[in-house]
Amino acid sequence: MELTYVDFGLKPLPDQLVIALAGNPNTGKSTVFNALTGLKQHTGNWPGKTVLRAEGSFIHRNNKILLVDLPGTYSLLATSADEQVARDFICLGRPNATVVVTDATCLERNLNLVLQVMEITPKVVVCVNLMDEAKRRKIRVDVDTLSRELGVPCIPTTARDGVGLDKLKDAILDVATGVTVTSPRRVTYEPYIKQAATQLEARIRPFLPKWVNHYWIALRLLEGDSSIIKAIWSRLEDDSVRAVIKEGTAAWAR
Amino acid sequence: MSVSIVPLSQLPNGGSGRVASLTAQGLIRRHLLDLGLVTGSWVEAIRRSPAGDPAAFNIRGAIIALRNEDANQILISID
Repeated sequence: MELTYVDFGLKPLPDQLVIALAGNPNTGKSTVFNALTGLKQHTGNWPGKTVLRAEGSFIHRNNKILLVDLPGTYSLLATSADEQVARDFICLGRPNATVVVTDATCLERNLNLVLQVMEITPKVVVCVNLMDEAKRRKIRVDVDTLSRELGVPCIPTTARDGVGLDKLKDAILDVATGVTVTSPRRVTYEPYIKQAATQLEARIRPFLPKWVNHYWIALRLLEGDSSIIKAIWSRLEDDSVRAVIKEGTAAWAR
Repeated sequence: MSVSIVPLSQLPNGGSGRVASLTAQGLIRRHLLDLGLVTGSWVEAIRRSPAGDPAAFNIRGAIIALRNEDANQILISID
């Protein structure tokens, strides 16, 4: 049961770290992407989707990094093609870390996506971008408190002027290599939801690759979102594994 | 002063209020919640397109255009 980057049309070098870049629309995500990767970019589509993908590489402190630009989304839970691509890659693509670019001028509305990403993976860096614009509007962002509250590194940047990018690269590398261990704030659910999800998690665990976030998938299934199962399915080549998943999903549906 | 509840689509330009509830279901509901339209969120009607649909709203610091069809499913309390 191995998913590989090839399933997402990616071919990282053996010693390259893979980093996903997520964020709401209009947060300057592409500016961050361009600032980090410069001219070392490829564009194409996500396999089977008419969703544009940009990937680029850079080297930081002698570490090779492949940065994958995800579509700009408000959420990972609805079912637009963009959101599915972002969700599938974060959940199933096993990036070494995920950067969420946020807009410092309206941080609150960006934290929805941050929390959703942190629900899937602890390896998150928050890039608080557009700090110059926030300053102009007399908005002060207490990045240290934000980092403490979220439990992941939050780095202030003004990507279009290159401000803060070195610190962002440091944070990405440290989270990706495990030098920084994060403790992301978890969403707390009502006890009855928690109980149902825990039960379902135990039942689906034997049928899914061991490294995916089973609890998160159980929550999606409780919501009636079977697209996540389809997403896993379509990326598993082995027919015997498919048969087991089929049996498993039929079992919980009963 | 009494509190009245109107669909967001009927908020006049410049008018504002707080989200009382969403009547939308399923994916539209999910998407509206993701846009920041949760109970208690302050919303202001900014302007309308020439035909009146869609209309632009200030939702938590961002200007977002919604179709009447969707704005109808957001109930706003005005005091």
